[in-house]
Order: sequence, then C-alpha cells, then structure tokens
Amino acid sequence: MESLIQNILNALQWGSFYSLIALGYCLVYGVLSLINFAHGDIFMAGAYFAFFGATFLLGKTGVIPPGMPGWAVLALTIPISMILTSALGVTLERVAYRPLRRKGAHKLYVVITALMCGLVLENGNLALFGASRKNFPTLVPQIVYSLGGVSVTNLKVAVILVAVLSFLFLHYVVGKTKIGMAMQAISYDRFAVPLMGIPTDTVIVFTFVLGSSFAALAGVLFAMSYPVLDPFMGALIGWKAFIAAVVGGIGSIRGAFAGGFLLGFVEIMVVAFFPSTFRDLIAFSILLLILSLKPTGLFGVARRTKI
Amino acid sequence: MKKIVLAALCFLFLAAPAAFGADTLKIGFNIPLTGDIPDVGESSKNAAELLKKQVNAAGGVEIGGKKYTLDFVYEDNESKAESALSAARKLITQDKVIGMVGPQSSKQAVPAGETANELKTPMIAPWSTNPNTTKNRPYVFRACFLDTFQGPVAAMFAKQEFSAKKAAVLYDIASDYPKGLAEDFKAAFEKINGPGSVVAFETFTTKDVDFSAQLTNIVKSGADVLFVPQYYNEVPLIVKQAKALGWKNPILGSDSWGSGDLMGLCGDDCKGFFFVTHYAAAGAQGATKDFIDKYQAAYTKTPDDVAALTWDAINLLLTGIKNAGVTGDVAKDREAVKDALQKVKDFDGITGKMSFPSGGDPVKCAVVVKIDEQGKFSFFKSVCP
Repeated sequence: MESLIQNILNALQWGSFYSLIALGYCLVYGVLSLINFAHGDIFMAGAYFAFFGATFLLGKTGVIPPGMPGWAVLALTIPISMILTSALGVTLERVAYRPLRRKGAHKLYVVITALMCGLVLENGNLALFGASRKNFPTLVPQIVYSLGGVSVTNLKVAVILVAVLSFLFLHYVVGKTKIGMAMQAISYDRFAVPLMGIPTDTVIVFTFVLGSSFAALAGVLFAMSYPVLDPFMGALIGWKAFIAAVVGGIGSIRGAFAGGFLLGFVEIMVVAFFPSTFRDLIAFSILLLILSLKPTGLFGVARRTKI
Repeated sequence: MKKIVLAALCFLFLAAPAAFGADTLKIGFNIPLTGDIPDVGESSKNAAELLKKQVNAAGGVEIGGKKYTLDFVYEDNESKAESALSAARKLITQDKVIGMVGPQSSKQAVPAGETANELKTPMIAPWSTNPNTTKNRPYVFRACFLDTFQGPVAAMFAKQEFSAKKAAVLYDIASDYPKGLAEDFKAAFEKINGPGSVVAFETFTTKDVDFSAQLTNIVKSGADVLFVPQYYNEVPLIVKQAKALGWKNPILGSDSWGSGDLMGLCGDDCKGFFFVTHYAAAGAQGATKDFIDKYQAAYTKTPDDVAALTWDAINLLLTGIKNAGVTGDVAKDREAVKDALQKVKDFDGITGKMSFPSGGDPVKCAVVVKIDEQGKFSFFKSVCP
C-alpha cells in the first residue's frame, strides 16, 4: 500500500514533465496543425539556458560575485530561461516555419523542417558545449519528508504543483482571453481570420512564446530533478510527450495534460510491478489500444477536412 | 623453443631489408571521444599522448638494436558498438597498425574484439571487464580484471564491511557491462548469504533518468546494501533519487564509478560510498605515483583508472612488440606480437603486476575505494584473487 502511494507520487512527478512538454506540442499543433518536432529540443535548450543562468548567477563564471542565496537564483533563473527559450522558439518560427508557410508549402515539408531544426539544436549544442555532461547546481536543498513510509521531497511537490498550475493557466488563456480566442479562431480557419482583422502572425508568435516558455519551465524543473544534462536529453522525452499529446487528443489542452500523466502513470506502474524491459512494450500497447478505440484521442474532436 | 622463435625473429628482422624504412611503430586507438562517455575517451587519449611524448623524447622504443618512434592513430567510436566495429576495421586495414588499444567499455569491446580476432590483429582492451571480450579470441587481451572477479569482491566486501545479509541491485539491462556484473554479484552474494538474499534485482534501460519506481521497490525490500554497477553519468541520478526516496544504507559501486567526472556531477551526495576498482590515485607509490605526478603536471587533473589502465595497456603492447621484434611485414608482426603477449609474465604495470596464464585475461588485484569527505577517491582495502 505504501509502495503504491509512493509510486503514485513518483508517477505524478514523471507525468508532470510529459504533460508540460505535451502542452507545447498541443498549442502549436492546435493553432498551425504543425507537429513541432523540435519541441523536445526546445525543452533541452530550456534546461541548458537554466544551467547557464544558474551558474552565472551563482557567480561561478566570475562576472558577478558569488553569494546570492539559492532561492533568489532560482527565482531569477526561471524567468531568464523562459525568456531565452521563447526567443529561441520564436526564432525557429521566423527562420524556419514562416517562410515555408508564406510560400504555401505542404504541411509535410514544415514537419520535416521541424525535425531538422531539432537535430540542428541537438548537434549545435554538442558542437558548442561539447559532449561532457553538465551538472545542474543544487539551488534549493532537497528536504525529504517521510510520512508513514512514504517519502516526499519539496521538489516533487513543486513539480506536480507547477504542472497543475500551468495547465490551469493555459486553459484560462486559451479559453477566456482575447488572444486565446484568436488562437482558436486561427485553428478553426486560418484563411478567414486575417480577413476579420486579426493579426495572424502576432498570434502565431504568441503561441510559440507560450509553448516554448512552458518547455523551459519543464526544462528547469527537469534539470533540478535529474541534474545531469546532455545535448540529447530532449529527444526521447519529447518524442514520448508527443505521443502522449496525440493519445490525449492533440489540439486539446485538457488532452495533452491528461495524456502526459497517463503515460507517466503507465510507465512507472509497469516498472513497479514488472521487469523494466516491459515498460515501453506495455505502455505503448495500452496507448495503441486507446488510439484504435478512439482515433481522435481521449479529448480530441473529429475535424472534417475542408476541400 | 622460445629462444629459437626469438632467434628466428631476430634473424628475420636482420634479414629484412631496411628498405621498409619503417622506423615508426603504428598503434591504433579505438576510443569514445564523443558520445555517451566522452570523458573516458579524453582520459585514454591524455594517457596515450603523455606516453608517446615521453618515449619519443627519449628517441623511441629500442627493438633489436634499432629505435622506433611511436605513431598513434586515434579513432572515435562514438561510444557505439557499430562505430567501434568500423573504427577497428579502419585501423586494421587502412592504417595498418601493428596492434590496437581500446575500446574501453564492454559494449564496444565485445564486438570490436571479434573484428580484431578475425583480422588477426592484437587488441588490448584496457577497461573492458566483460568475459566475452577475450573469450576464445587469441588476439584479444585486456589490462583489467574480469566482471566475474569484481562481482565476488563486491559481495565479499559488503559482507565483511557492512555485515550485509540482504542486498539490492539496480542495473542497466541493455548494456553488457552492468548486466554481467549485476549477475555475478547476485551469484556471489547468494553463495555467501544463501538463496534469496538478493531481495531486489531491479533493472532499467540505457538513457533512463527516472528510477523512482525501481528505487521504491528497493527501499521497501529492506536491503542492507545497494549495488549499482553503473557509469558516472547515471550514478548521480540514482544516488540522489535513492536518498529522496528515503534510502539510508550504504551504496556500493563498480570500477565504472571511478571514471569521468563523477564528483563534478554528484557533489556531496556520493560522499561516503564505496566502489571496487583497479587503482586508487590517493595513497599511490612508486611508478604509480610517478605516473600520477606527470599526468597532473600535463593536464592539471588526477588520472582516473581509464588513464592508468590505458597507460598499462600501451606498455603491455610495447612489451609484446619488443619481445616479438619487428620485421616490417604487418601480418607476420601481428601474429608474433600476439604470441609474445601470451607469454608475458609479471608485467609490472602501474595498476599492479599482471600475468597471462590463461588466454587474454590477466591475474591481478582489485582495490576498494572510499569516496572521502573531500570527494577524493581514497584507497580503502586491497583484495587479491
């Protein structure tokens, strides 16, 4: 019983990362119907920006004197990483995706471009900073709370809370604000929206900013939970988060959130009760089953293709 | 017989026309300069460059009255099995090396050893402890002890030092080295403490970063000690997550802990734990200390076990070449070097004396190291076979 509760907590933490990344996939897909395969690597970039921000603020680079308290460094690192990662996301959209969209290229080409952007980010990082692992510094000391055989850390609670709050925030932004409405409108009909006087490009840039900054947030939390960073850390998790988003029903914020946690739960529970080699086998068999029963995903809505 | 062979070789050497002009010895290195464990590749290359400089500054290696300068060829195997194969093939067929050093980890050394044996080229894997690397391969040698030896040493140490009755193991099932070692540890521990005394035998797959489910099982199993035969990039994650899930008992590691930047990645969390290894830099004496001082002077860091073993592997290969002599005919030389290596006795390496009584595996001692409060790997205990 204690093991079960412990594993539920483990799964909530692990699922939080999938959820946060899946939200980014979902936002971009929802607005542009573009599968932004570079998203996992944007997440990686977020973790690296956080690493450089944190080491800079801790005074390890020698530019500013050391001695700033850990919580203050963390409080500054998060916005720094979010801003820089958003800039990176928007750059990708401006340099790679927008020109293709302007020329009216087929969606397939844009998706392939996204894949290539991801590889460029991974290998660019490898070339710039080398293959050595980076150790994310401990900013806030880990406190272990033991409650009747179940161990919880302050970090674990924070990760889960941030994921839930992020979901609520995005749900509100997309559903209730003006710009969120505009995003939905573009998703509904990209050609009619400009005719109504809505600046499509601004809305698209905003979408990338939102998606990238949540990837950065995931990156910071991931770096704090698993403090060994490498250039390819985003590839696999990004790919799995994409599958989670599809199972949840891509394009639906609720779906991405639920899909991420679902995948996290299945992975942790399989490992808890079976040999770990069964993890991906069972996890993806379950997801496959869900998709074959409900091809639009858990929360997805079937769309008619307009000819 | 030995003398006749030697005499014949000397004769061959004298008879061989000097027209070859081969006054360099070409040795290949099949090492992971990029990929999952680049630090391992860097250490290997550092040790090799240090040795090359030292030998070449003295005019080269003297073989049969003639001086040969060393020429090292470094091939990157990207820490991948496929790339290790192509690197070995390139070194053997294109670069025409007389012998090879590396690959370092078993994942690459097992397949590369097959190529070396097929193409009849001596290969010394400095750091690979999986039995399959040298099994039935007369051309393949190693400079370290075997997994089958490291497992029992760890089990024995757990019993003696922590009086452990129950043990847990967490290892990567998709990688040759940890898998072999975990199984050997389990067999040895259950031999000492009875069947079922390994209460948790948990696995994960390469590139996993979350071990919370496995560690939850391990913490609940009530084990006295946790054995983690993993690499330096995974150990910090495992140790930190274990502590977060309430693990308070000792953690015991294998020689893979000692390579790379373990303390840089792990920080205070790894202090106080133990691992079995080939050599300890802190507390070294004689030739070992001499090597450590030179290495520190050249690279401003303490050599890890990979560097020390690579150093020994190169010297071992050079000893083989010296004993065999050089004719200039690469195929013939390679075979002679193989035969000479099999006869090496009491080779005085910086990681201990080595002999090769049975095939490619040396007989030598293991060291148990403690990570002390300063984060240094200090000598704790020596265990000989």
